[in-house]
Amino acid sequence: MSKVDINIDGINISVEEGTTILEATKELNIDIPTLCYHPDQTIKGSCRVCVVDIENQVNLSAACCTPVWAGIKIRTNTKKAREARKLVLDLILADHNQECLSCVRNGNCELQDLCMELNIRDTKIEKINHKLPIDDSNPSIVRDESKCIKCGRCITACHDVQGVGAIYNVDRGSHMRISTPPGKKLNEIPCVYCGQCINVCPVGAIYENNDIQKVWNALDDESKHVVVQIAPAIRVSLGEEFGEEPGSIVTGKIVSFFNRVGFDKVFDTNFTADLTIIEEGHEFLHRLNNGGKLPMFTSCSPGWVRYVEYFYPELLENVSSCKSPQQMFGALVKSYYAQKNNIDPKDIVVVSIMPCTAKKAEAVREEMNDSGYQDVDIVLTTRELGQMIKESRIMIKELPEEEFDNPLGISTGAAAIFGATGGVMEAALRTVYEVVTGEELSNIDFVSLRGIDGCKEATVKVGDLDVNVAVANGLENARKILDMVKEGKADYHFIEIMCCPGGCIGGGGQPILGTNEIKEKRIKAIYDIDSMSKLRKSHENPVVKALYEEFLKEPLGEKSHKLLHTHYSPKS
Amino acid sequence: MTKTENVLRAIEEAGNTEDKLIEVLLKVQERSRENYITENQLEEISQELEIPLSKVYGVASFYSLLSTHRRGENVIQICNSGPCYVRGSRNVVNMFESALGIKMGEVTDDGKFSLEFTSCIGSCDVAPAAKINEEVCGNLDKKKIDEIINNIREGVK
Repeated sequence: MSKVDINIDGINISVEEGTTILEATKELNIDIPTLCYHPDQTIKGSCRVCVVDIENQVNLSAACCTPVWAGIKIRTNTKKAREARKLVLDLILADHNQECLSCVRNGNCELQDLCMELNIRDTKIEKINHKLPIDDSNPSIVRDESKCIKCGRCITACHDVQGVGAIYNVDRGSHMRISTPPGKKLNEIPCVYCGQCINVCPVGAIYENNDIQKVWNALDDESKHVVVQIAPAIRVSLGEEFGEEPGSIVTGKIVSFFNRVGFDKVFDTNFTADLTIIEEGHEFLHRLNNGGKLPMFTSCSPGWVRYVEYFYPELLENVSSCKSPQQMFGALVKSYYAQKNNIDPKDIVVVSIMPCTAKKAEAVREEMNDSGYQDVDIVLTTRELGQMIKESRIMIKELPEEEFDNPLGISTGAAAIFGATGGVMEAALRTVYEVVTGEELSNIDFVSLRGIDGCKEATVKVGDLDVNVAVANGLENARKILDMVKEGKADYHFIEIMCCPGGCIGGGGQPILGTNEIKEKRIKAIYDIDSMSKLRKSHENPVVKALYEEFLKEPLGEKSHKLLHTHYSPKS
Repeated sequence: MTKTENVLRAIEEAGNTEDKLIEVLLKVQERSRENYITENQLEEISQELEIPLSKVYGVASFYSLLSTHRRGENVIQICNSGPCYVRGSRNVVNMFESALGIKMGEVTDDGKFSLEFTSCIGSCDVAPAAKINEEVCGNLDKKKIDEIINNIREGVK
């Protein structure tokens, strides 16, 4: 592509034709304010806060959506541009619920930041006081329309990234809102609770249903035995809540924090991730050898499970009956662990820390009571854990690194990679190969399944069979594979689907803003944990082996079926 | 005609692809005596065209040609854009309201008329203007407004 010579704030620079003004200013380290712009989304150009002055042009232009041309002279810091940006903010503030002090995004709000940076000290425009509802109809996601600034990022996430389409623009002009269909709440429409809308919201208009107080209450109740599990993705992302570099691994400090605030046991979802591989791997082989429904889909991601229940009910038989690691953990704690330690399961509170908002809804599914009690009691997102740590005033950065408790805290590298797209498939292949062939797998790194690409595939020779596998992350990518399967155009045997882009490290409960650049760093950290692990195959986990010997007896056995497997029902 | 038949016929005529959404919405509304698209119909259109309900509703609520609320057999849309405002559209509103005994956004008890605003209809030369069903009426004053309403009531037009 040819280059064009342009001038920004008196500096000459040559950029590729088609470059936007915003991109060009970044090359010169000039910082243009933006609000509706998101680096991983299509350009919207609706908020107009990025306007700049162009020589010989009467009107200002939005930097995010104006491509440069040869000879263009751009001025980013004129009085006219500064005043226009302030006016844009003033207009937004006129229609914005400014209860910042009690807002979930206080301190991490793009609108707050801009008001500070652009020196907004007084607002001149009369406030419109729209009485708008708060929708907290479901266990996962709360929408507060009074905070919405109508940037449309959530719509892009819901329609274009996830292909779900739960929310959209309603009405026109100053009456325009972003909302669910008329008179319907999120729990009455096909929302999968993935929370991708939360991750891109610049303000506090969408957030998770907050359950922190329930955890404090449980810890304060001396009659309760409170057990916590953390998902694979938490350890590589929580640090961001405390200003650590994305991809910092903070596992030991999280364990240490839990010990300080009085959890009775600190366990690891990675343990049941290993267990999932054993059960799911055997389920796959059972399907393969007994003419069962293929391809088999993974079932760890509750947003994906909701999606297939709503949108592809005809493929439900293809979904593995394995519960997710979170739910296997809850069921085991209130059965195996309770028996072994002589604790009445009714006194046990299972807390999960998940990168996910859909996990909150998964925990209260009526199928998830196989221990005789609700298997998982309280689910917090990574962000809520960050909030809880801040509230405790414990300085997590200063804590020593501590180890998970035995036995449900022991895991392998195969479990760690559950947190990244492609990880479940890679972990499964490491085990399936060795179970089928009885030989040691020489190269256990399935690099073609790694990375942030939306769809990936590979063929792996397992004994005499070429096993065709596919991996999709983000539901719009999943849709492509599902349509192929539905039309009989795919010859895959095994398919991993993760609801969120990048897998769980990009989950709807993760620190904001998790751009693709940040997600890639989290993914790298996940694979670092794997490569540093002594054990890297789920079937080598000694505690999983002991669990089968002492309790479960065999994969897909009677106990497994009762505690570790589930069923799904069409929702449409 | 049942609601489903109405939707299916509109889709048969317009086509069942996503790009036909506005055409389908217009046809469904045209066949409705109350000049609007019901929630049920929006859901049926969403299913038939495979477009999320939120988007179908978003489109239907965006255009003033379309309505998701029950309207009168005759829809009176008063322009509230600048030129009409300057030429007294506020008075036009008052005159229609008192002649019909309803407020903006309401439907008369007999279901004959409803009142609403529209953005510019391109008739600034005859401002203040309103659209009565498919017809634009300009230079509105009390006499004209009474005449329009009487003509419709008496079935002249």
